[in-house]
Amino acid sequence: MYGNDGLLGEVEAAEEALRDAAGRRLSGGEGLEEYFIAVIEADQKIEPRDWMPDSYRKTLIRQIAQHAHSEIIGMQPEGNWISRAPSLKRKAILLAKVQDEAGHGLYLYAAAETLGVSRDELVQMLLEGRQKYSSIFNYPTLTWADVGAIGWLVDGAAIVNQVPLCRCSYGPYARAMIRICKEESFHQRQGYEILHTLAHGTDGQKAMAQDAVNRWWYPSLAMFGPPDADSTHSAQSMAWKIKRFSNDELRQRFVDMCVQQAEVLGLTLPDADLRWNEERKAYDYTQPDYDELKRVISGDGPCNRQRMAHRRRAHAEGAWVREAAAAYAKKRHAIV
Amino acid sequence: MNGVDRLLRLGDDALIAAQRLAEWHASSPEMEEDVALANIALDQLGAARLFLTYAGESLGKDEDALAYLRDDREFRNCLLVELPNGDFAVTMAKLLFLSAYQLPLYTALAARPDERLAAIAAKARKESAYHLDHGSQWTIRLGDGTEESHRRMQDAVDQIWPYTHELTAGEVSRTDWLANVEPVLDEATLARPADDGWAPDGGRSGVHTEHLSCLLAEMQVVHRAYPGARW
Repeated sequence: MYGNDGLLGEVEAAEEALRDAAGRRLSGGEGLEEYFIAVIEADQKIEPRDWMPDSYRKTLIRQIAQHAHSEIIGMQPEGNWISRAPSLKRKAILLAKVQDEAGHGLYLYAAAETLGVSRDELVQMLLEGRQKYSSIFNYPTLTWADVGAIGWLVDGAAIVNQVPLCRCSYGPYARAMIRICKEESFHQRQGYEILHTLAHGTDGQKAMAQDAVNRWWYPSLAMFGPPDADSTHSAQSMAWKIKRFSNDELRQRFVDMCVQQAEVLGLTLPDADLRWNEERKAYDYTQPDYDELKRVISGDGPCNRQRMAHRRRAHAEGAWVREAAAAYAKKRHAIV
Repeated sequence: MNGVDRLLRLGDDALIAAQRLAEWHASSPEMEEDVALANIALDQLGAARLFLTYAGESLGKDEDALAYLRDDREFRNCLLVELPNGDFAVTMAKLLFLSAYQLPLYTALAARPDERLAAIAAKARKESAYHLDHGSQWTIRLGDGTEESHRRMQDAVDQIWPYTHELTAGEVSRTDWLANVEPVLDEATLARPADDGWAPDGGRSGVHTEHLSCLLAEMQVVHRAYPGARW
């Protein structure tokens, strides 16, 4: 009934490969750059102490920071429903999930810090709009069913995107992703379960679930980024083994996974052209509106301004607390 | 006070405290604090569910019927937990004062002959010890931090203090409660507020502040919009 066990298996396999890689030493590679290339070609891990090209470092900082920011901003749309969760059990699960996201943000920032940038700098870049977060979080959560749809579709898409990152060539990122993928798998499961309960509930609940799936389907497809032909960062990232599959490959994998799950849910994916293609052994589907994706990325989604305003306000209102903690620590230090 | 009434007090204190703490999600001064406050909220919510489930058994109701289908006049929580979060200092004052009450209360209940109640209290007591530590550490940092944080923390303590009399009007003595609070205020360089005779209460008999019905309206809205639905 449930479709991401295969993905979890991949996470396990990546974890094993990581342990193997830790035990081996590469010989050869006279120069720094040669060594770097040799490590990547041998599917070993680059570690913080290793030399790496500046552009590799910058690409990773951009990507990991964007991922960390997404976790932090992503707390808002789901957190929106903690206070109104319709049962105490659901409230506890959602609260734990949003807490997990804060945790993911924390260890992703820590992974980025191994590349020589501080969390404060990264947060500052987010607040100034100089770094992005996933555009999916610029859509509103309008009903309780949206919590289910986000878990099933948004976390589902995130897992499909992130499982290959468990084999990313940069060690700290790969290790962070293993833990994150395991937790994300729970998140997807809880979303799926919410939708399953709603879809098998009253007519009103079922309508709420279908409406949520209708609204989240295409934005979730857009999470894989622009079509391969228009993807700017892809080729180099593939060569460095930061990225392992193309946007379109991952999008297809996600669609194929969701079709079966939607059937079990008893909900319809809002695509009249969705059908099995025997020749490709995959589903044909309607592409998301990439112009809309561009507009949302550039700042004109329904909630971009609201999400950023909230983050900036929380940061500004917390300044006196952070200053107090620093001042207190300094006094203690002086006494010791 | 009969057994059910005690369970409702315990469960409602924890539930409303959890609801308020969860409002901090994605809004804390530090990311670490988002994690910490969610953790404390989860502890409170977990305890609330155990107490309410137990209470509901003699009333023929489950935890959700008690949480979602009672009106504010039927809630038995103390007023302190329903007060708005205010700034971070107010939230920490509420946390300190509440955990300074819950810890001795749970400790006493853990030794009672009602084994089920004792078991819940024994579990919750360990969590309360952490809450008390968290509230204490922040009260001290803010009290002894900057000029601004000292002012805010003192204001918060002054503002919440009158509501603590309701906590110590029952099973926890003022002396035991003060033993947890006074050393923290001292170390935080904060003044203990004078008891001026204003000691708002009524929560235990269902007469609340204006804040509770608003909190419940939000908490209960989805559940009540779909009568009889399963979630």
